[in-house]
Amino acid sequence: MHPGSARLTFGEFDAMLDSLAPTHRLFAPVLIGGGGRFSGTDVVRYGEIRSARQIEFRRKSDFSPKEVLFPITQTLLCFSDNECMEPAGDDRGILLFLRACDINGIGRLDEILLQNGPVADAYYERLRRKVKLVLMECPEPFENCFCVSMGANVADDYAMAVRFEGDRVLTRVRDETLAAALPPSAPATEFSPLFAETDGSPVRLPDSETLQQAIEEGRFFDHQMWKEYASRCHACGRCNAVCPTCSCFTTFDIEYEENPRLGERRRVWASCHADRFTDMAGGHSLRNDHGSRMRFKVLHKIHDHKMRFGRHMCVGCGRCDDQCPEYISFSACINKVCAALEQSPAAVLA
Amino acid sequence: MPLDLNAGEIRRNAYRITSRRDRTCLRVRVPGGCLAARHLEVIRAIAEDYGDGTVHLTTRQGFEIPGIAFEKIPSVNRALAALIEDVEIAIGVELGAPENGYPAAGTRNVVACIGNRVCPFANLDTTALAMRIERSVFPNDHHLKIAVTGCPNDCIKAHLQDFGVIGQADIRFDAQRCLGCEACVKYCSRHVNGSISMRNGRPVRDERHCLGCGGCVLKCPTGARTRDPVKYFRLIILGRTGKRNPRLGATFLEWAPEDAVVQIILNTYKFIERHIDRALPKEHLGYIVDRTGYQTFRETVLDGVQLGDKTRVAETLHFAGYTYS
Repeated sequence: MHPGSARLTFGEFDAMLDSLAPTHRLFAPVLIGGGGRFSGTDVVRYGEIRSARQIEFRRKSDFSPKEVLFPITQTLLCFSDNECMEPAGDDRGILLFLRACDINGIGRLDEILLQNGPVADAYYERLRRKVKLVLMECPEPFENCFCVSMGANVADDYAMAVRFEGDRVLTRVRDETLAAALPPSAPATEFSPLFAETDGSPVRLPDSETLQQAIEEGRFFDHQMWKEYASRCHACGRCNAVCPTCSCFTTFDIEYEENPRLGERRRVWASCHADRFTDMAGGHSLRNDHGSRMRFKVLHKIHDHKMRFGRHMCVGCGRCDDQCPEYISFSACINKVCAALEQSPAAVLA
Repeated sequence: MPLDLNAGEIRRNAYRITSRRDRTCLRVRVPGGCLAARHLEVIRAIAEDYGDGTVHLTTRQGFEIPGIAFEKIPSVNRALAALIEDVEIAIGVELGAPENGYPAAGTRNVVACIGNRVCPFANLDTTALAMRIERSVFPNDHHLKIAVTGCPNDCIKAHLQDFGVIGQADIRFDAQRCLGCEACVKYCSRHVNGSISMRNGRPVRDERHCLGCGGCVLKCPTGARTRDPVKYFRLIILGRTGKRNPRLGATFLEWAPEDAVVQIILNTYKFIERHIDRALPKEHLGYIVDRTGYQTFRETVLDGVQLGDKTRVAETLHFAGYTYS
């Protein structure tokens, strides 16, 4: 069978997933009842699925798909005395269901983890190579979405696109393996995924040159807005945890208590908002006030990454706004940065 | 005409004997402390049509409507019927014809903190459990004070009740989701009892000492900590104010299932029936247990109760109280 579009019942779609399951792990946003922060609330995050019915496609996932290919915790190697070994990975491929903003988020992870230096991150690359992306059509913005403003509302880099429509799944398949798994009974149809064209919370982006100039002149770091965030942000790091593009991690060795000659090297996500992110040998650390952590993150998302890779890091998924327990809005902050740059230098320092 | 009244019957009908000889005061129950706002209209109408136009908000989340002439009690009960219908009968309380008012007043309104309908810290819908308890115990004229609170912060002051029911959450931990950020460790040591410590880059919870407040779930940025769906309860008993020996209640059970809590409260009525000093106009549960001893109380109220695997029962009770001298 050649790649094309088909209209499947949920049963046919599940038959397709079944035929892929021996060679692929299937990850999608799933609703975890009672898994929310507050009792009696749910959470939507990425988990392994076996059926289309398990996919939560109505709600935006609280956590991003990055945790599938950039796990929160990874054991890089295990050691004993003078020997070490790398844990055997899972050989199967990965089918990852996600929205356009998150596909663009993975593009940003690729830039940072594969192209940001002479050596690609082998642990990321190993998982990344296994992934086939399945675009979940997302034509309507959620409340805090601003992917259109960020230019991340459209994604073309997918192996399959799906639309959940009543009791049918429309699929557009571009991948030979997936095409071969399509049930032959499924009627062909025309299907091109739609993309959001408006934002729930639109933002204006600052002019990069003006912002760079303000940074170099030193006036931007001292702006009053960061002092205000210093009193609002509690440095919980939730914004980093849910962000599809935050990619900082820390690596350390663990010696097992029962036998200190055995241990493992572990890498774990790090958060630029949380304490100890900038700790250095000798006990020195930077950005101790939470406002400067906010500034650091915001500039990375809407300035520094673009200076290096030509496009913004933030993809406008709005999860940080959804999750911040102190109601700090990242999109509002972008607009504040814009407004500040349009003021006179004197006003910027006010 | 001198008033010739059966004061006992009036009290059982939830009307008080007051400092004004010709006036009584109605006590309106609000189980779980949650009331549809439209019922405030019923309360306003009774206060203005039959009372002195004021309403007193009680510590037990009820309303007292003072200044009612005794002969107006039947009319007031009829005016109250709509509220009783919605607030008591609709939640399954069997109390006869609502036009006759409340058939008992000894077992006080079952109160609750605002619970997880509003509060992020609460481990349960406290109003729903208070309503379940109300349905089980009311109408009953033995004097008993019951309160439900959503977490060990105890905003409802469960420590000052005969039964204080405190919601506990058993905590699940997904180590693979843990950043080792120590947010849970800091919260527990600063605000609770320091049950979490770091070991090898990860937090370890001391299950023996954990209160089950759920604060670590709130603080975790990755959702590594979640609440077990099974609800558990700490049962604080025999706290009281009063003129003889005020004291905070003591922990009777930890990690008890909901059904056990309700069954224990029901069994307590049997205990009271068996041991109350009938020479007194009324006797609070705490003083009855002071006479019988805790072991007798424990044996009676635990009879036939299914405790969970996690449930711990106090061997003895230690009260932090004092006697006026």
